[in-house]
Amino acid sequence: MTLLVDIKAQLGAFSLDVQFAAPSGVTALFGPSGCGKSSVINAIAGLIRPDQGQIISASRPLFDAAARVNLPPHRRRMGVIFQDTRLFPHLSVQQNLTYGCWFAGKLRKGPSLQDVTDLLGISHLLHRRPASLSGGEAARVAIGRALLSAPDMILADEPLAALDEARRAEILPYFIALRDAALVPMIYVSHSVAEVAGLATTVVAMGDGRVIAIGSVDDIFGRSDVMGANAITLLPARIVGHHSDGLSELATEAGQIFVPQMSADIGTSHMLRINSGDVILARSEPNTSALNILRGEICSVGAQRGGAVMIDLRAGNATIRARITQRSCASMGLDIGQTCFAIVKSLSLARGEDR
Amino acid sequence: MTDAANWLGPEEWQAVRVSLQVAAWAIFVSLPLALLTAYALARWSFWGKSLLNGIVHLPLILPPVVTGYILLRVFGRRGVLGVWLEQTFGIVLSFHWTGAALAAAVMAFPLTVRAIRLSIEAIDRRTEQSAATLGAAPVWVFATITLPLALPGIIAGAILGFAKALGEFGATITFVGAIPGQTQTIPSAIYVFLQSPDGGQGALRLVILAIVIAMTALFASEWMARHAAAWARGA
Repeated sequence: MTLLVDIKAQLGAFSLDVQFAAPSGVTALFGPSGCGKSSVINAIAGLIRPDQGQIISASRPLFDAAARVNLPPHRRRMGVIFQDTRLFPHLSVQQNLTYGCWFAGKLRKGPSLQDVTDLLGISHLLHRRPASLSGGEAARVAIGRALLSAPDMILADEPLAALDEARRAEILPYFIALRDAALVPMIYVSHSVAEVAGLATTVVAMGDGRVIAIGSVDDIFGRSDVMGANAITLLPARIVGHHSDGLSELATEAGQIFVPQMSADIGTSHMLRINSGDVILARSEPNTSALNILRGEICSVGAQRGGAVMIDLRAGNATIRARITQRSCASMGLDIGQTCFAIVKSLSLARGEDR
Repeated sequence: MTDAANWLGPEEWQAVRVSLQVAAWAIFVSLPLALLTAYALARWSFWGKSLLNGIVHLPLILPPVVTGYILLRVFGRRGVLGVWLEQTFGIVLSFHWTGAALAAAVMAFPLTVRAIRLSIEAIDRRTEQSAATLGAAPVWVFATITLPLALPGIIAGAILGFAKALGEFGATITFVGAIPGQTQTIPSAIYVFLQSPDGGQGALRLVILAIVIAMTALFASEWMARHAAAWARGA
C-alpha cells in the first residue's frame, strides 16, 4: 500500500474523520465542494495537523499522533499541485521547475527536466516568468514542478477547477499521460465526474468529512447511494466509424452504440458515460426510434430509494445501469435473471463528451 | 566639481560628509535587525509582541530630545551600556560620529521596520507553503521566497530610513552635540550657522543641499521600489 490515511480532525465547526488506503495509480478523492477533500490533502502534505490518527506513506510515518510523529511539509516528499498553481512569481519557469530538484538532492532520482518538459509540452516556456503564462500553461508548469521534486506521491488538489472548459480538456490528457507513464502514484481531488471517470483507478467517495465508499470508478459511479440520481454507467468504447448522417459508431462490450458525431479519429478509445436516468428498459425487443438497443439479463435489482430503483443489466461483458421508477419496476415485474432490453437515446449521449 | 566644491565652504563639505557617513552606517547596521523585527512582528505570535511593537515605534512618537537624553543616559560615558562598550570593545559613542549613527539608527528604525513589515505581510503565505512542499526547509523558504518577494519593501524601508537618518537633529545634538568633522551633520550645521549673525548664506546653501539630497533619495527610492516590485511580480 502506497499511502495509508486514518485521521480525525476538528476544523472549526467541521469535523473530519477519514480512513482510506491509496494503492499505486491514481486515487481520486471525489465529493461535493466543502466535504473535506482539500483538508485531507493538506493533512497529507503537512499543512494542517490532524488531532488523531496516522498517515503513512511508503511505510514511512508522516504523521502519527500516538507516537508523536509529525513531519514538517518539507520532509514529507509530497508533490502538491495546487488549484491556484502557486508558482513563484519572481522566478523563471525553469527556476520554478527545478526548485524542488535542488532540495531532493542526488539521493532521490526524479525524472529529468528534459523528460518533464517534453511530456508537458513546456520546453518553449523555460525563460518566461509565471505572470506571462496563460492559465493552461501555468497549470502544466505546476504539474512539472511537483514531478521534478522527485516526490513519493503527487497530491493534486482540484488542479483543473480554476480553468475554463477548453483548458480543462487541454490539461486532463497530461494527467492521463502521467498516470500511464506510472512515474509516481497520485491522489487527485475533484468534484467532477468527467475528470475522475477519465483518470482514476480507485475512487474514494467523500461526503461531509467522511468516506462514503471506496472502489473502482465503475463501481462507485454506478452506486445510487453515492451518486443518487446521477449514478452512471461507464462503458469503455472504441470509435469504429463516422457516418455521413451525423453519427459516430462505437464498439463496446455491450454492443454497438451510435452517438452524435465525435471529433476524435477512428480507432480512438473513449470512455462512454451513460446516465442511469437516461436508460429505458423493455421486456421485449422494442420497435422505436432509438438506435441503441442493448440486450441483456438483469443481474441485480437495487433497493427502492425515493421512488426509484437501480436495475443492473448484464449486456455482453458490460453492466448497464438503469434508474427507473418503483412503479415501472413493479408493473413490469422485473426480477433477476430476466432478459431485458436497455434503450439509450443517441442524443442523450451527446453530453458524454464534455463533462 | 570645482565650481560645486567652491560653492560650499570646507566646513559645509565636512557636514555633508559626516551626514552621509552617519546615515549610511546607521542603515547598514540597523537593516538586519529591522528585517528580523519586521519578520517577528509580521509572522510570529509571542508574549510581549505589542510591547515590542510599542518600543519600536517609540522614537516616532517621543520628542527627539527625549530619545537623545535616554541614549545619553544609557550609552553615554557614564551610562550602563556606554561603560560596558568602552571597557569591553573600546567603543566610545558619546560625542563621537558612531554615536550620531546610533541616534540616527534609532530614529530611523520605526520607519524601516514599518515598510518591511508591510511588504512581508503582503506576501501570500500559500506561496511559501508550496515551497515547503517542494522540500525547502523554513530557512530556505525565507531565503529564496520571502526575502526576494519582500525586497521592494526592504529597499523602500532602507531609503526612507536613510533619508530620516540624514535629517535627524534633536536626538543627535542631545546625545553627541555638533562637533565639526565629527558629529556635525547637515541639520546641526544649519542650526549652528543660524546662531551666528553672518551665517545666513551658509545656512541657505545647506538648506538647498538638504532639499536636493532628500528629493534625490525620494526619487531613487520610488524608482528602485517600482523596479523591484515589477521584478518580484514577474513582469
